[in-house]
Amino acid sequence: MKRIEDLTVKNLRWLNTNSYVLELSGSEATRDIRPGNFAEIRIDNHPDVFLRRPFSYLDYNKDEKTVSFFVKAIGKGTHKLGTLKKGETVNIIHPLGNSFSIPENKKVLITGGGSGIAPFIMLGRELKEKGNEIHILTGGRTSEDILFTDEFRKYGEVFCTTEDGSLGEKGLLTQHSIFSGKAFDYDLIYTCGPDGMMKAVASIAKERSIDCEASLENLMACGFGVCLCCIQETTEGNKCVCTEGPVFNINELKW
Amino acid sequence: MVDLSTKIHELELKNPVCTASGTFGYGEEFADFFDPGLLGSIFIKGLTLKNRAGNPYPRMSETASGMLNAVGLQNKGIDHFIENIYPRIKEFDTHIIANVNGSTVEEYVELTERINELDHIPAIELNISCPNVKEGGMAFGVSCPSAVAVTEAVREVYDKTLIVKLSPNVTDIAEMALAVEGAGADSISLVNTFLGMAIDAETRKPLLSTITGGLSGPSIKPIALRMVWQVYKAVNIPVFGMGGIMNATDAIEFLLAGSSAVQVGTACFIDPQIPIKIIQGIEDYMERHGVKEVRELVGGLID
Repeated sequence: MKRIEDLTVKNLRWLNTNSYVLELSGSEATRDIRPGNFAEIRIDNHPDVFLRRPFSYLDYNKDEKTVSFFVKAIGKGTHKLGTLKKGETVNIIHPLGNSFSIPENKKVLITGGGSGIAPFIMLGRELKEKGNEIHILTGGRTSEDILFTDEFRKYGEVFCTTEDGSLGEKGLLTQHSIFSGKAFDYDLIYTCGPDGMMKAVASIAKERSIDCEASLENLMACGFGVCLCCIQETTEGNKCVCTEGPVFNINELKW
Repeated sequence: MVDLSTKIHELELKNPVCTASGTFGYGEEFADFFDPGLLGSIFIKGLTLKNRAGNPYPRMSETASGMLNAVGLQNKGIDHFIENIYPRIKEFDTHIIANVNGSTVEEYVELTERINELDHIPAIELNISCPNVKEGGMAFGVSCPSAVAVTEAVREVYDKTLIVKLSPNVTDIAEMALAVEGAGADSISLVNTFLGMAIDAETRKPLLSTITGGLSGPSIKPIALRMVWQVYKAVNIPVFGMGGIMNATDAIEFLLAGSSAVQVGTACFIDPQIPIKIIQGIEDYMERHGVKEVRELVGGLID
């Protein structure tokens, strides 16, 4: 069930110069949250921010009734959200969208570029609980962009790429040696990040006949399937990313 | 206890707060947020005879105090609606009003005839004002002769309440209103979105796939309010006013300008519970001002 809630800012922690984790408390919706879901957050008191902004959950805690989001401050909405103070109220609609599939006892690869790693902490935890062997590959411009690696190490083996070579292998995520290695025998690949990266991962998955799920972040006005603005072209016609996604099997996409 | 009921032609509304076509789906999408049966009526997503994929992505661009959209009447067509959606929504405890679209007069007529067979749809809103389709749509609503032609043709086959939704993209809105009133409309709804556009200066590219789109939200409210007032003064049929209504005060302003009822649109994207808050807010206003019947507010502007 979707809920509209006024939550309280428990913590807003900047991780580097351009990204932060926003933790909100007081949510009655945590029991309904699945890996891949997202929330629509209202941004108040900014004259040029009219619509809500969608964010994937970074994590949630049922006992403490908290939800958290990883936010990259790239536009006026995300900058404004980053000025919230502890104790302030935030209006959110959630949980929204579909979720990733969770297989059992398989070998999976998670690929996250930039802020695209956000939904994968919850996913990693659930995949591990189901006995999967997990590899996590994250990519960014510099070492500053490679985040949450300690958390990811709890669930599987972590690899990374940076464009400037400051951490891990130098280059784009899809240039990592993992893709040319002999042990590229995954049952399922997950991907979230910039369009170009996801498409490159998807084409590798297709070449090797590996199932692949991508989480998309098309522009949305509502987030719950009425404005029909966030559509993605699929083999079955236009689908709403907010209600029929954000997670799509790549075979469905016209990439 | 105040009386919120109002009447549009033969349509008794329990309150004057309705939701605008294209911003409220088929109503059921809001069931987690509130009971859609509490509304005055629901104008459902625009229908066409055949499945329409709509325009390519991107279809939306946020603007200062509003948004542009270029959805282009995406819907699965009347057959799909009758088979799959209508059975689920027909028992809502309010009026379901169909928004009717076509690219020719014949298509408008044929679609109206199909909807006329549905017992639980007591009215149609003839959309001659969609700015986002290549054929038909707004083309019918920006010239008097074509607006008259389509209204007359639909009137011929439809005896229930006929509402005509006008485009604000005209020189003289009152003239359009008079024309459709003369052609047999029972009511007028206005305004649809204003034609606008947005550009990304960095890339020099348009922000919508169609380059132009329809502007909605509070940025259009003063113009919409003026047009509703002009139409109210010109015609003798009731008016549904809309355009940037974000709260109860906005809705009351539209009533005072001459709307018998209002449609809440884009605001539903930001606060899906806003229609209910507006109903409550109108009630509070009436109590505060000693107004017993909401109908007393209609056209109540003191000028």
